[in-house]
Amino acid sequence: MPSHPKLAAEFVKNKDRAHWHDESLWFVRSKRDKAARQIPEWELLREQASKIKMHTISHLPDLLEEFERNATARGVQVHWARNATEHNEIVHGLLKKHDVTRVVKSKSMLTEECHLNPYLERHGIEIIDTDLGERIVQMQNMPPSHIVMPAIHMKKEEIGELFHEQLGTEKGATDPQYLAEAARQHLRQKFIEAEAGITGVNFAIAETGGFVVCTNEGNADLGTSLNKLHIACMGIEKLIPRAGDLSVFLRLLARSATGQPITTYSSHFHGPAPGAEMHIVLLDNGRSEISGSDEFRRSLNCIRCAACMNTCPVYRRSGGYSYSNTVPGPIGSILGPAKDPKANATLPFACSLCGSCTDVCPVKIDLHHQLLTWRKEIRVKGFLPVSKRISMKMMSWLMQAPRMYRFVGKMARSIVPYLPRFMLYNRMNDWGKQRELPIIPKQSFREWMKQNHDDK
Amino acid sequence: MTTSKEDILNQLRSQSVPPTDLPDLQSIELASQWIRYEDPAEQFAETLASVGGLCVRVKNVDEINQRLSELTAYQEASQVCSQIAGCGQPNVSIPDITDPHDFENIDFAILPGEFGVAENGAVWITNEGGPARTLYFLAQHVALLVPASDIVNNMHQAYQKLEFAENSFGTFMSGPSKTADIEQSLVIGAHGARSLTVFLVEEAF
Amino acid sequence: MAPKVGLFIPCYIDQLYPQVGIATLKILEHFGVDVEYPESQTCCGQPMANTGCTNEVGPLAKRFVDIFKGYDAVVCPSGSCVSMVKHHYAEYFSDNAEYEELKAKTYEFCDYLTNILEVKTLSGRFPHKVGLHQSCHGLRELRLASSSEIMGPPFGNVRELLESIEGVELSQLQRPDECCGFGGTFAVSEEAVSCMMGEDRVHDHEQAGTEVLTALDMSCLMHLDGIIRRQKKPIRVMHISEILVECL
Repeated sequence: MPSHPKLAAEFVKNKDRAHWHDESLWFVRSKRDKAARQIPEWELLREQASKIKMHTISHLPDLLEEFERNATARGVQVHWARNATEHNEIVHGLLKKHDVTRVVKSKSMLTEECHLNPYLERHGIEIIDTDLGERIVQMQNMPPSHIVMPAIHMKKEEIGELFHEQLGTEKGATDPQYLAEAARQHLRQKFIEAEAGITGVNFAIAETGGFVVCTNEGNADLGTSLNKLHIACMGIEKLIPRAGDLSVFLRLLARSATGQPITTYSSHFHGPAPGAEMHIVLLDNGRSEISGSDEFRRSLNCIRCAACMNTCPVYRRSGGYSYSNTVPGPIGSILGPAKDPKANATLPFACSLCGSCTDVCPVKIDLHHQLLTWRKEIRVKGFLPVSKRISMKMMSWLMQAPRMYRFVGKMARSIVPYLPRFMLYNRMNDWGKQRELPIIPKQSFREWMKQNHDDK
Repeated sequence: MTTSKEDILNQLRSQSVPPTDLPDLQSIELASQWIRYEDPAEQFAETLASVGGLCVRVKNVDEINQRLSELTAYQEASQVCSQIAGCGQPNVSIPDITDPHDFENIDFAILPGEFGVAENGAVWITNEGGPARTLYFLAQHVALLVPASDIVNNMHQAYQKLEFAENSFGTFMSGPSKTADIEQSLVIGAHGARSLTVFLVEEAF
Repeated sequence: MAPKVGLFIPCYIDQLYPQVGIATLKILEHFGVDVEYPESQTCCGQPMANTGCTNEVGPLAKRFVDIFKGYDAVVCPSGSCVSMVKHHYAEYFSDNAEYEELKAKTYEFCDYLTNILEVKTLSGRFPHKVGLHQSCHGLRELRLASSSEIMGPPFGNVRELLESIEGVELSQLQRPDECCGFGGTFAVSEEAVSCMMGEDRVHDHEQAGTEVLTALDMSCLMHLDGIIRRQKKPIRVMHISEILVECL
């Protein structure tokens, strides 16, 4: 079972790299701050975004039907998938029907969640991720380590080496401009050859039956305007009621994600071009269950901007792969356990409860409080390590017995200062690996009070 | 057997989710707080520059033609197309093209934009669905013409102008294509346009 | 009549940092507060709550309310423990008037000092470069100062109070409110990340020239002090009350 502390410790071991990773993401967080500061009504916007999303979730079945009706009227074919398997089968069925063997795909965390790529590859279909970051990790046969910047964990030297091997760039070349140009040439060829385009969906509009896809590179548009089959894959929570609501979300999304005022391309799809087909796959995969939970419903507000990752002091230092989950960071540590609490039992604890994620979230998800609630669930479900369970039981017992508490404290104060260092600092003491223990005082506050204050 | 759709909707309907209100984004209370600029066109130009684009304010198409000839990307272009009569010297005729792949080697495309948004430097572009839609993304360099009077302050005003009554495609395009996926280094010209010039045109075109 | 304040001294301050409790008491009494220290208090239950062991918290929460309900106000030199009582006790009390009342009158020490006692400055001197660590729970749960994520006018009584003291120069940090990495049991269960976070905070204070590192929470400082002492850095750690008591 993957353990966050273990994988995080491995990442941190390379201090220079962990610092570099931390600084890269802090830089993005700083850009977000700068962009948000330019909007005097920033907090008001966050509030409206949250309200719109909460409303949507509370009316989700009706809105989904409204969306289907309106999309269908525009000639869009709507498909429903309970889970990843159904999703992949639907997508594959459509490609097969059109005899498609070459597909380009713009970034979609949902298709990552469904492991669509390996599924299609098993069925003999070439599927090329066209977001540069995602293409880089795809070449490495790895998942994204970040949902907006999939290759944020990689150094340009590593990307240069990868491109040298797979795209034939010059050995030792590391200039981002040069490497991006090589990717441009490579991917343009793929766009031209592709017989179908798959995209994710940032927002789907119930009242119009349309949907919006945001990219900076233009890859979603190139991937869908050159061929006759567009398949858009979306989670059912991506819905919003009205087109006008986009004004709120498009103002927040890119500013929160990268500090840009808006993504370069925010494309609105309202029906297929003449002679082409447009399909939408609506995926549940556990979302409807989350919508029933008072504690975790708000996590469905998420617009996948990754601001919580960029600000998370743990994510920045432990890297995306330490979460072993499609979506890493604070939001991933909520969504992961919802899917598989046992496998993801350490994620809600990969958090110092600093609350920065909650304050930075454009749709006001109470992330750190949900993480705290998840800890409770993990305990109730029995996935908390025995050591933690027992120590907390003992501590609670001790704290309910003030006399015993006093006695234990007194004993510790009279023994600990005389213990040799090796008894205090050893393998058993995780605190003391890199930190000194507090210096034990001669008396407790309570003892001091007794001596000095109780006469008052 | 129930369908997936029924299952999903039933599952959603079986839960009691307390209903919450939808805010009225056009209410005075909110609308009065959306950002406005003293000179939206100036703000648009500034924002566009900050996202790597170039805004040029011109009187009419004649002036655009003159300014185009000063642009290196235009001078060096071997295949040019234009969707605006009299603008540029196109050598590829858009109506003649039925397969968007034939636009593959277009170096410079001159295309219409509907309006601009001051707060983010975006231009709303739309297309009825012909192959020309590809041009916005496939051409190496793109120039957009936008009526100078059509710059809105913010996205809320932008959406008030949009209707989506017909099947159509539309994009907010803010600057040239870009990526920062390699070590956060900004590279202009990822897959789409390597440069974006927006002409704010005073006279009708 | 002076208000009767129940002094809430978190368990680890009682056992490990008595001087913090003493300083808090002295300051409150200096400003004429009638302070009482209820003997039977132990722990608010936060360590158990943050580990998910809520069954173990219930009895402690009920004890806490029983012990402190009779006071006009409850004051505690820890933002984190106050936030536990104010924001995370609700689930143990359904519709309980006693708890609701207690919740409203429980204060972090500096909050009480600056907002209720309205102390805006102190007469003493403290000629040091002071680094103020914004403990997260005081910042983002109790909102005792503006956090860098929220867009709005900056505020922070503690910063202002420190700035008003003669001789105090506040350090300019590169990251003004990044978490120190203590996080309760996180400090042990995620030891590697926790220590790296702590080290990074210490470096930030080092580059800013901090001589005295202070905070509203001794728990953050326990963690940072552990790193400072292990690495033998020339930074002294003092709880905010220890600085203020020197300036009376």
